[in-house]
Amino acid sequence: MDILKMFFSDYTIRTVSLGAGLLSLISGVLGSFAVLRKQSLIGDAISHASLPGIALVFLIFRTKDSIFLALGAIAISWIAALLINAIVDNTKIKYDSALGIILSVFFGFGMVLLTLVQKLPDANQAGLDKYLFGQAASLLAKDIINMSILGSISLIILLIFWKEFKLLSFDSEYAKSLGYNIKFLDTLLTTLIIVAIVVGLQTVGVVLMSAMLIAPAAASRQWTEKISIMVILAGILGFISGVSGAILSSTVSKLPTGPTIILIMTFITIFSFLFGSKRGLVWKWLRFKVKKTNYRKEFLIDSMYEIIKDHDNKSHEHSIDILKPILQNNNELKVYLKELQNQNIINIKNYNWSFTQKGIQAMKRKEVKE
Amino acid sequence: MGIRQIEIQLIASIVAVAASLPGNFLILRKMSMMSDAISHSILPGIVIGFFIAGSISSPILAIGAALTGVLTVWLVEVLNKSKLINEDASIGIVFPALFSIGVILITKFAGNVHLDTDAVLLGELAFAPFDRIIINGIDIGPKSLIMMSVILLVNLIFIFIFYKELKISTFDPSLAESMGFKPEVMHYALMTVVSITAVGSFEAVGSILLVALMIAIPATSYLLTDELSKMILLSSLIGIITAISGYWSAHLLDVSISGSMASMAGIIFFIVLFLSPKHGILTMLKRRKNLKLEFAKMALTIHLQNHEEEEESSINHLYDHFSWNEKFADKVIKNSIKDSLIKIENNMIFLTEKGITFADKSLKALRIENFK
Repeated sequence: MDILKMFFSDYTIRTVSLGAGLLSLISGVLGSFAVLRKQSLIGDAISHASLPGIALVFLIFRTKDSIFLALGAIAISWIAALLINAIVDNTKIKYDSALGIILSVFFGFGMVLLTLVQKLPDANQAGLDKYLFGQAASLLAKDIINMSILGSISLIILLIFWKEFKLLSFDSEYAKSLGYNIKFLDTLLTTLIIVAIVVGLQTVGVVLMSAMLIAPAAASRQWTEKISIMVILAGILGFISGVSGAILSSTVSKLPTGPTIILIMTFITIFSFLFGSKRGLVWKWLRFKVKKTNYRKEFLIDSMYEIIKDHDNKSHEHSIDILKPILQNNNELKVYLKELQNQNIINIKNYNWSFTQKGIQAMKRKEVKE
Repeated sequence: MGIRQIEIQLIASIVAVAASLPGNFLILRKMSMMSDAISHSILPGIVIGFFIAGSISSPILAIGAALTGVLTVWLVEVLNKSKLINEDASIGIVFPALFSIGVILITKFAGNVHLDTDAVLLGELAFAPFDRIIINGIDIGPKSLIMMSVILLVNLIFIFIFYKELKISTFDPSLAESMGFKPEVMHYALMTVVSITAVGSFEAVGSILLVALMIAIPATSYLLTDELSKMILLSSLIGIITAISGYWSAHLLDVSISGSMASMAGIIFFIVLFLSPKHGILTMLKRRKNLKLEFAKMALTIHLQNHEEEEESSINHLYDHFSWNEKFADKVIKNSIKDSLIKIENNMIFLTEKGITFADKSLKALRIENFK
């Protein structure tokens, strides 16, 4: 309750948590497309590669206005994305290596520029190094508004081209055959993902960006087969993680915001992996378990019928001991026998079992069926 | 050049070679991004090792880090096997989670000690020579120099002993399986080596430069050769060049050494990308252009052979028939004359003996193409 009260009364906490939630929502929605296009790690590469963009804007324009820094980051990220594609298209170097090369080389170059920034007389590089770990805790209303504008533009474009992007993500060959301009759509979608990355950087920083982009999508994927629901759910999960992470870190002392948001996202993702409808691992495991039990029960009763089948007196009694080798698990055997007894298929008397009339009829019917 | 400068270059070179050795296999196994993941996710291992040992220079840190590295690989495998998400998505979820745990542990419990996340990410090579190992009053050398030399030795021995196994499990896992050595074991062994290298180098160069050394350098060498043994040797050489040129450019511009090394790795990569005699972009463009010309020559001779009528053989007709522009048509004709495939009489083109055989051959070649 205290937390709720703080949320409504404390301006800073409200700004920071709503801001973090909003930025996480944007990342979650647009990140879904990175996941669908099997480009999950592009977030990691692009977030690192954008560093020189930020440093260059500061070196040239001497401004720390978040919108200018973001535009610089977007421009450089764009070059990085182009280079990644160029390397993959023109050489034998694979996509993952191209990501690694661009990520580390651009980031290294960014560090070189940052050391130049530090040497400027008016350099107060705070704000720039926040970039590494995000600055969710010190988000200003102005920054949030800037980022939200950028993000909202992307979301609107996403809505306008919804059908096209959906097609592009699932079957680009088919989209091509329908006459869509694949190159344009591809470039546009990449640009939107870049914007999402740059927006998300504000909250969690370079290293954690990949999870910010893909964890909500990976989680929501476990609950639905429909892309529209998946994207919306990813946005909601992102928002929840962002808000709760920011509130948690501002109420618990010395809890950094970015990592807290990411850990909450990770928990949501793990929960979804385990309990997601249909695909969830727990359900899968349970289904397997039930199947196995049914199979072994069937196997037991068939084997029992096999024993008495050729007797003249089908209700002949046998010792339970002779059933033990069948399942090789006495506890399991006891449970199944009890069940069969309750179903009135067998009688158990003095450690001996025999089929009831009902049981014999049922087994005969089953034999005919097979 | 002072002794400190030489030491820095030595450390940088050794780190570069030690990192690029396992990196060769990472890029061939399409697992480059694992180096990025591991170099970040070892952070909680380092922190927990630090809590247990109480000191930053204890070997327990390295053990903790190596274990977290292997844990990362295992978690990624588990997620992949569950088939709930793609492989790259599992990498992108696992390492930020572990890194977050590391950052939270540091800020909550180790705020005042010399263990900050900036250092882990960025490293500071310039300070490396000041942290020295002194035994019985005798200065043995900088700590990172000695540590990285040991790691380099371990990596060398690992690759030397398991060269065949690594090679086969990289290029043909099913063959490796049938030959009796498990590719799975090789996979984890390689990842352990990557983790140990990451631990050793994080203090000196930071985790992000490590990716430049581990991926960009072997990738450069991959552009220059197709042979694994040559690729490994060449990557070591490029590593040393990167380290030394990176150091001096940092020295001249007075900027971050590790940043400048990563930039040099990138510059060398892009130079090779353009100029490599085998796989360079220039070579490829040239080959593409030649291919176009070669194909045009084939088309021309086949056309002439099929149509002996006069109107088909006039030069002007070619422009219409093949929709070549004048410049390209001239080039094709000139080139064909040079190869004495055709001759021109009264503004008409005729095939020579050689041209006829060339056309036959081309026809055969193209037909075979058609069947494919």
